[in-house]
Amino acid sequence: MTEHEERRVRKTLAWLDMAGRKAGTWAFLLNRLTGLGLLLYLLLHLGVLSLLAMGEMQWDAFIALARSPLFLVLDVVLIFGILYHGLNGIRVALVGMGIGVRWQKGIFWTLMGLGVLLLAITGWLVFTM
Amino acid sequence: MKQEMSDPVMAFDGNELWTIHYRVFRYKRSSGKPHYDKFNVEIAPHETVLDGLEKIWAFQDRSLTFRHACHHASCGSCGIRVNGVEKLPCIVPIREVTRDGGTVLCEPLRNFPLVSDLVVDLGQFYRRLEEAHFQIIRSSEPIERDEHESSNVHTRFENCIECGLCVSACPVSGTDGLYFGPAALAASWRMIQEPRGVDPLSVRSNADQEHGCWRCHVAFECSEVCPSNVDPAAAIMALRQDLLKRKLLRLFQRGDHDRA
Repeated sequence: MTEHEERRVRKTLAWLDMAGRKAGTWAFLLNRLTGLGLLLYLLLHLGVLSLLAMGEMQWDAFIALARSPLFLVLDVVLIFGILYHGLNGIRVALVGMGIGVRWQKGIFWTLMGLGVLLLAITGWLVFTM
Repeated sequence: MKQEMSDPVMAFDGNELWTIHYRVFRYKRSSGKPHYDKFNVEIAPHETVLDGLEKIWAFQDRSLTFRHACHHASCGSCGIRVNGVEKLPCIVPIREVTRDGGTVLCEPLRNFPLVSDLVVDLGQFYRRLEEAHFQIIRSSEPIERDEHESSNVHTRFENCIECGLCVSACPVSGTDGLYFGPAALAASWRMIQEPRGVDPLSVRSNADQEHGCWRCHVAFECSEVCPSNVDPAAAIMALRQDLLKRKLLRLFQRGDHDRA
C-alpha cells in the first residue's frame, strides 16, 4: 500500500473514531452508512429487476425468496435506512441553511421519534400484510 | 462552618490525596511506535488534570512533553483529550473525570500532525485563522461599529482562545485535511459581522469554497467542546445562510437583467 493509499484508509477510518464524541457524530456516521447502504440497495434493486428479462420462472423464484422471514427483516432494515437518511437529511438541510440552528438537537430528536413511530408501523405492516 | 461543608468544593478535605493512574499517550519521532505509559500520581481531588501532568514531569519523567502557560483557560495552549474528550486540562479538576484509584487517559488532539507526546503542530490551524483575516483589536482602540448590530453577537467571538479543541472534535476535519475547520470559519463569520477594515467580500469568497463552510456536515461537535462558548457550528450555519441569500439574490437579479 502506498503512503497516499494509507492516508486515505486512515481518513476513512476516522469516520469510526467515536471516542469522546456525542450524538452529532453518531448522526453524521449513521447518515454516511445509511447513504452507502441505500446506494448498494439501489444497485441490487436494478440487478433484481433485470430478472424480469430472464422469464417468469426466475422472477417467481425470487418472489418466493423475498417472502421469507429473513428477507422481511432485510426489508425492515431497508426502511430504517430510508427513514433515518431522509429524516436526518431534513435536519441537515434546514440547519445547513441556517434555519432552526438553535433548536437543532430538538429537531433531530423529534424527527428520530417520528422515525421510530414510522418504523414500528411499517415493520408491523411488512410482517402482517 | 456548616455553610462551608455544604459547598461541594469545601466538602473535600484540603489534605485529602487520591491515587490516580495516569495513562498517557507517548510518541517521540526518534523512538518508533506510539504507545501509552502509566504513571501513579498522588493528587488532591480539586487539583487539575494539568497539575497531575506537571507532577509526572517534575517527579517521574522529564521527557514527557505537553504545552501549558496560563493555567486559567486564557491562552488555549494546553488542549488535549482527557478520557477521549477534548478539554483544557488546566481547568478540569481531577474529581470531574475520575475518582480515587481511577484512571485518567491523556491523549493529544486529533486531526493535527503529532509533534511529541501530547504536543501537536498547530501551525496550519493558525495560518487558516490568518486567512480568515481574524484579528482582535485591543478594547482601548476605537472600533467603528454599526449601531444597528448587536454588540452581544460581536463579543462572543472575541472569546476564541485558538486552542484547537473544535478541530480535534470535528469529524470532517478527520476526513478532509484541507477543510478550514470550525475555528477559522467562525472567525470568518466574525470578520464579516464586524470587518474592522478587512474587505468582507474577500472573507466571504475565502469561506465559499469546497473545503470551506460547505464542507461542514452539521455534527455540532465543535460547539460541544468549545471551552469559550464560541459556538462555531452556529457561526458556520450563519455564514452559509449569508452566502446562500447572496447567491439566490444574484440569481434573481441576473434573471431580471436577462428579461430586460
